[in-house]
Amino acid sequence: MTVQQIQIKLFARAKELAESELISVSVEQETTVAELRLAIAKQFPQLQPLTSQLLIAVDNAYAGEDQILQTQQEIACFPPVSGG
Amino acid sequence: MNSDHIAITDQPIEYTALTERVRSNQCGAVVLFMGTVREMTAGRQTVALDYEAYPEMAQQTMQQLTLEARDQWAIQTVAIEHRVGRLELGEISVAIAVSSPHRNEAFEAGRFLIDRLKEIVPIWKKENWSDGTTEWEHPEIEAE
Repeated sequence: MTVQQIQIKLFARAKELAESELISVSVEQETTVAELRLAIAKQFPQLQPLTSQLLIAVDNAYAGEDQILQTQQEIACFPPVSGG
Repeated sequence: MNSDHIAITDQPIEYTALTERVRSNQCGAVVLFMGTVREMTAGRQTVALDYEAYPEMAQQTMQQLTLEARDQWAIQTVAIEHRVGRLELGEISVAIAVSSPHRNEAFEAGRFLIDRLKEIVPIWKKENWSDGTTEWEHPEIEAE
């Protein structure tokens, strides 16, 4: 399997824990959102306090766990929202 | 008919202008909701709040919520602004104005919009407490 690097935007406490607003995660081709979640937890252990609650968005919309990630998509990862 | 207005801003929210955007002769009702920075939360004192947004997704998600509101209620125009950056006590973090021919629809759609905004729009607040500590508010993980 070919490994690819996926860039992920981080926000709020996720950004603070990772000390970066953009992280690069190694995943295999045709990775699902659920698999990306595991890859993030493994490759960025500093996000551990949040990992069970992290939300993942693809191209500005919340992603389903079975959704397969494509190259060129904008991917973001963040904790539960608290605006208002 | 006025067009909907949705914005993320780092400037103080001009709620009078926002409200004027939705007024019209076809509407007998205008409802304005404002969220403002509160000093006391569960016995702790806030000095300021820092708001951060994922701007493009926040914009799209608020747009989607206005469409959902339109599907459910006969409303005419919606205007929503959410502020980001440092907000002092009493400042306005969010304003939602809704107009409709009759009042029930404006009240119900306004309530729906602020409730759903708080659930799904990617914006976060960080508390700056009076004891000098800071804390991101992330609703589902407060118990950790």
